[in-house]
Amino acid sequence: MITPALSPQTESMALRTDYQVISEWIPRGARVLDLGCGDGELLAHLARVRDVRGYGLELDMANIRQCVARGVNVIQRDLDEGLADFAKDSFDIVVMSQALQVVQEPDALLAEMLRVGHRGIVTFPNFGHWSTRWQFAWSGRMPRTRTLPDHWYDTANIHLCTLKDFEDLCRQRGYRVIRSAMTDARHRRSAGHRLLPNLRAEVGIYLLEDPA
Amino acid sequence: MRADDTGPAGHSTWPTDSVGQVRWEDFEFVDPLALECGQTLPRYTLRVERYGELNADRSNAVLICHALSGDHHAAGYYRADERKPGWWDACIGPGKPIDTNRFHVVSLNNLGGCAGSSGPLTANPATGQPWGPDFPIVTVRDWVQSQNRLRQALGIPHWAAVIGGSLGGMQALQWGIDFPDLVRHVVAIAAAPRLSTQNIAFNEVARQAILTDPDFCDGHYRREGRNPARGLMLARMLGHITYLSDAAMANKFGRELISGKPGFSFAPEFQVESYLRYQGSQFIDRFDANSYLRMTKALDYFDPAREFGGDLDATLRQMQARTLFIAFTRDWRFSPERSEELVRAALRAGRDVSYACIDSPLGHDDFLVPVPDYLAVFGGYMARVAETCL
Repeated sequence: MITPALSPQTESMALRTDYQVISEWIPRGARVLDLGCGDGELLAHLARVRDVRGYGLELDMANIRQCVARGVNVIQRDLDEGLADFAKDSFDIVVMSQALQVVQEPDALLAEMLRVGHRGIVTFPNFGHWSTRWQFAWSGRMPRTRTLPDHWYDTANIHLCTLKDFEDLCRQRGYRVIRSAMTDARHRRSAGHRLLPNLRAEVGIYLLEDPA
Repeated sequence: MRADDTGPAGHSTWPTDSVGQVRWEDFEFVDPLALECGQTLPRYTLRVERYGELNADRSNAVLICHALSGDHHAAGYYRADERKPGWWDACIGPGKPIDTNRFHVVSLNNLGGCAGSSGPLTANPATGQPWGPDFPIVTVRDWVQSQNRLRQALGIPHWAAVIGGSLGGMQALQWGIDFPDLVRHVVAIAAAPRLSTQNIAFNEVARQAILTDPDFCDGHYRREGRNPARGLMLARMLGHITYLSDAAMANKFGRELISGKPGFSFAPEFQVESYLRYQGSQFIDRFDANSYLRMTKALDYFDPAREFGGDLDATLRQMQARTLFIAFTRDWRFSPERSEELVRAALRAGRDVSYACIDSPLGHDDFLVPVPDYLAVFGGYMARVAETCL
């Protein structure tokens, strides 16, 4: 289910910049759950540099094979089945990188991740990026961009949103945004992302907490 | 303990990924072994095979635990003219998941079995006569205790991994629970935290087939010069039905009539009938009914959470080993849900755990065959084990 919205070129970079941002936000020795952990790169990196103990949930067998081979704890699991069997606050941080837009019920999963984790880190492609808006307005067709390369009929991204949409949801559910960062499709950060982020950022990264 | 007997020898050209020619050794244990049933085995023999070199720090030893009808002969061949290698040759050998270039592999026949270790066919030291039905009912825990004696006898400080499928996976788990500091990794394939009621029911039918065979003679059939072959065959036929998925059986055997039209008789007319009869008749030549009864009881009794008030989380909290669980999508005898119960408990217990559910056609039998994803996950995991123990 977790088809990365990112192109293979960006995936193969030394360490994705969103992963760099994420790992800066994770305290040393934290217990981490990574929803849709892919090939385990983030968890392996966190174990190395942050002494993190954690698990990845992943559905794709090729990814699971890689996780196992690099010594990452990986559980084969469909995120759409929810996290009901994890107790409240089982983890310090729950990460969901580029998976929000592919699950059946993103709002429910968001609530779940903030229940089982003390805090959550979410990254997703920003549908409000100028190139998306431009393509849609100009061509009248579903946009295809660097971060969203698939056709409407074969994309795994079924719940796309903009940064503003996401922030609205957080406000509405009472989640506190502790930090956020914006990057381009290659996960580079630039000053421009701070100005008009919803127009300029291709990827949003949020650190959240549910005070409830 | 001494290695005082070895198996037959021969030579040939074997496949390059085979361990090649193997032989078994018998280890004698003279320290009494107290069993869960309350009885004590005064002395006993374990028949063992070993493949691959033990490294200088003795840190690369892995223990293979067999399933219901398995034995010590897990890989390789005894003789040049042999057609079939050991039961887990798909996974043990040079370059295979349990890579004999990297691991020292120890495989044994469990107590109560019938392939050379002490069991109903071997002599009761008190009488000099075969134990027959008087051999005690042994449990998974008893096996693990005896396997630990074997570990000591072999001078192995700890296992890099304890590995098994089905009933073998249960032993691997029990190892992790009972001897947490002696096991670095547990690999439990197509296993379960305990049998389902349905599974116990299957075992009971298998046992009744044996127990009610007129040739069973209360288990003294050997003494009477008889053999409850029909009962044992039925038990095995029933087992084989549960080892395959509905779809795999349909694929393998279909439901074409062998002669093309109904014969209106009870001779085998469908291929699946001949398959089951063939499997059953092969089995009676190599297995003992009293052993089969005991193996099924060991399965039924397995429930490591029992001593923790039924709390599987607390049970797995005993473990220190990193654990890999593997299940197979079409396995309905030990379904993926059963492995997932273990995975959830291990997660809640905060254990290092990984889990893969392999999409494969056969069912329970898949753990014995080279399914590519299975070999890849298993092999990838074992490669990490090898790196951390070398």
